Amino acid sequence: MNEIISLFFIVVGITFNLFGCIGLVRLPDVYNRLQASTKCVTLGTCGILLGVFIRFGFTEAGIKALLCIVFLLLTSPVAAHALARGAHKSGIKLWKDSVCDKYKEESTR
Amino acid sequence: MIFLRWLLGFVILASLVVLIFRFMPVRPEEKLMLYLLLCFLLALYRIVRGPTAADRSVATDMLGILIIGFCAILAVYTKKDWYMDIAIAWALQSFIGTLALAKFLEGKHFDE
Repeated sequence: MNEIISLFFIVVGITFNLFGCIGLVRLPDVYNRLQASTKCVTLGTCGILLGVFIRFGFTEAGIKALLCIVFLLLTSPVAAHALARGAHKSGIKLWKDSVCDKYKEESTR
Repeated sequence: MIFLRWLLGFVILASLVVLIFRFMPVRPEEKLMLYLLLCFLLALYRIVRGPTAADRSVATDMLGILIIGFCAILAVYTKKDWYMDIAIAWALQSFIGTLALAKFLEGKHFDE
């Protein structure tokens, strides 16, 4: 029973990873790519690690998987935010059909 | 023309997924690893083709997170615990590297 639940979580995680990578290839802009890929891939990898934790239980490797989930959820949004800020400051234009740019309004006011 | 390119990409991707699922003579758990390798392939495409440096930075960050999941699956199906150590170390290293790349994109030095 444990193995079936863990296999379910691992398959869901890999599906999210695949969707995130398709978004990385398909979308037109740096900011859209960042939005699609980083969130999807973080959620998918957390699903894989949760499946590994259910498979191993409270052993050494399971606790390490849980620690890795906590660390990934803490650091990944920070890295994505820093990348978006750096890209905006280095002068990369938005896509031509984007409708609003709040960060530019804030910084020029 | 746009529609033709979309259709070509969809056909290539769907044929790869079906090829892995039906015709690959490996065990079922190795098929999961092959799907993750397909994700690596798409991220590497963005690293090669990306128009600006920020695209390449985003794809590199994502590649680091994918490697963590790959190490976790290896730890399950080879029954060796020390792959999880590699995953934790890779998470730390990838975070520091991405922050350094973001500071580099802003055009500042590392100690500002």
